[in-house]
Amino acid sequence: MSAAGGPAGSANATPLLRVEDLRVEFATEDGVVHAVDGVSYQVLAGRTLGIVGESGSGKTVSSLTTLGLTRHEGARVSGRILFEGRDLVAAPESELRAIRGNEIAMIFQDPLSSLHPFFRVGGQLVEAVRAHRDVSRQVARKRAIELLGLVGIPDPGRRVDDYPHEFSGGMRQRAMIAMALANEPKLLIADEPTTALDVTVQAQILALMERLQRELGMAIVIITHDLGVVAEMAHDIAVMYAGRIVETGSASAIFSSPEHPYTWGLLKSIPHLTGSREEPLVPIPGTPPSLIRPPSGCHFHPRCFYAQPEHARIDPGLRPVETDPAHFVACLLEPAVRRRLWGELSAGRTPDEALKAAGPVEGPA
Amino acid sequence: MSAPAVQDVPLGPGDRAGGGAEPLLRVSGLVKHFPITRGVLLQRKIGAVQAVDGVSFEVARGETLGLVGETGCGKSTTARLVMRLLEPNAGEVRFDGRDITHIKGSSLKAIRRDIQMIFQDPYSSLNPRKTIGSIIGEPFVIHGVMDDKGERKKAVQELMETVGLNPEHYNRYPHEFSGGQRQRIGVARALALKPRLLIADEPVSALDVSIQAQVLNLLRDLQREFGLTLIFITHDLSVVRHMCDRVAVMYLGKIVEIGPGDALYGAPRHPYTGALLAAVPVADPSRHGQERHLLSGDVPSPANPPQACRFHTRCPKAQERCSVQEPLLQDKGTGTDAACHFPLTEQEIAGIGVRSAA
Repeated sequence: MSAAGGPAGSANATPLLRVEDLRVEFATEDGVVHAVDGVSYQVLAGRTLGIVGESGSGKTVSSLTTLGLTRHEGARVSGRILFEGRDLVAAPESELRAIRGNEIAMIFQDPLSSLHPFFRVGGQLVEAVRAHRDVSRQVARKRAIELLGLVGIPDPGRRVDDYPHEFSGGMRQRAMIAMALANEPKLLIADEPTTALDVTVQAQILALMERLQRELGMAIVIITHDLGVVAEMAHDIAVMYAGRIVETGSASAIFSSPEHPYTWGLLKSIPHLTGSREEPLVPIPGTPPSLIRPPSGCHFHPRCFYAQPEHARIDPGLRPVETDPAHFVACLLEPAVRRRLWGELSAGRTPDEALKAAGPVEGPA
Repeated sequence: MSAPAVQDVPLGPGDRAGGGAEPLLRVSGLVKHFPITRGVLLQRKIGAVQAVDGVSFEVARGETLGLVGETGCGKSTTARLVMRLLEPNAGEVRFDGRDITHIKGSSLKAIRRDIQMIFQDPYSSLNPRKTIGSIIGEPFVIHGVMDDKGERKKAVQELMETVGLNPEHYNRYPHEFSGGQRQRIGVARALALKPRLLIADEPVSALDVSIQAQVLNLLRDLQREFGLTLIFITHDLSVVRHMCDRVAVMYLGKIVEIGPGDALYGAPRHPYTGALLAAVPVADPSRHGQERHLLSGDVPSPANPPQACRFHTRCPKAQERCSVQEPLLQDKGTGTDAACHFPLTEQEIAGIGVRSAA
């Protein structure tokens, strides 16, 4: 099973969520969009998985599918999503409805559009509680106030009757988190939870999520394009590109010894707060591919500095890295070549220089 | 009568353009309040959003100044005031030694040739019905330069090449380009008239990480190649550090700290600058679980900003004086000017440094 890949810290712990060979396709006028193209990962109870990727990498669609939220759009879903052993792909809508917002909750990027502008924040929280608990309005309201207090809204007894527009951006995101926590979920999926927020507010929200994870023991899947955010939050990381996971492992492995050229590209293209200002950024050339006609073979080969002709033919599976059984990579380069290349890159050399210094790249594929 | 002739000799045109110590842009005491009104027919003014409230800074020739701050701090309004897209309530904008605060008509149009802007959203800042060629060539048409069509096309294609677009795509429409390419189109359009000052308002915020680096590298190459003077506005502190020689940090309509990038990042003296730097998530998981220095609360409303020091309601170091007496921007002896009565001490700076040194 380990070859199916998963950012599991240890192989014998039972994962809370196990996604196996998930594929999601949408039929559009232009053709079939392969949004998620055979993705496998797992999330352990109480841990945080960071899914990193750029627009269109499939990171959001794979999570929406976990909640059955891609069902209505003429999507074709295959594979398995096992949540505590139950397959959510095959589950009937009624079962999903019982899980959604209850055992698995989700928070979205834009808190303003996720809250109904006509209803008071408290009323929306009451609804979230009563959707899954047979309690009176009074009890639910008390719970709503308690939840707002839990996420750090000052004077929750009064603010519970505010409308969303009376909340600031950071408070709205706190209210969204409060709503997600209403029924003490075992798994919280946070899709770019801080992207719309200012940096000081972002720091507050991230600290809040960490505190809640410690106190409530829930697992978190955090989806983001921000490498800084995953570095601070995630225990394990999955890097997605064009509908596939190209690399996954512990956070320290991904940042200290990344194996995939795309991960290298991401790490080398962000400016830092420290270090030399003169070190040039190394962007990834080109643009992310169309998911209607994704590139053949390795999806990354058209943008890869180190791609060989045969990489356009052969599909690299996610394979374990020799030195770290919890670290998986989908790359056709020889492991020794990869290590040399990353050694050169992390010493500040450009991809061209790294290629020259690392010696011949070709190898038995 | 002979005196003027004597003076004319040493004053060559080069000396005039060089201007000595005169900065290209000098903004002093700039104020912009947007009125808040109530009533439909009889509109009464019931307050004002103090978007920019007494901002002063200079930009030297060839220099890049970064304006950073969170939502609502007035950084974009400041840019629009400099561009003369908004009328200031008070203050002065001097461009190349000339007061442009209230110029109108043809002299304003002439100044617009010299100051160009790149916008945040590459999707809405390009007219979807126009070809790339006509979008990039439009500044030529507006300002009546290069009337010859063939000549204009050649100039546009050269610009496309400069910013890394394929000149053969001259006749394509914006929707045929990706976000990063559209931002390149915006850059090409801004460069068309060889502006002397370029204002970039969150030019990479809407782009993916890998594409962001492409555009940042392009801007840096252009900086070096053409000696561009640039005002770079963003909320991303890492991007500012990478791009800018000097940095101004804004909070609720005021500059709270300004100085050379190295000094400001290495030894921030204003507690708000310190809090901003501490809040940036850093791509280094070894710091996982480390305690964050958090600011409490949200940014107050600019319609009703706190008295005296506007940061005092959230400041960990605030004392009574901060709510009574407004601190002025002053040299704090470590390279930056900060507006603070109780600037961060060496020890406190080191406390932030734990995070940034990792």
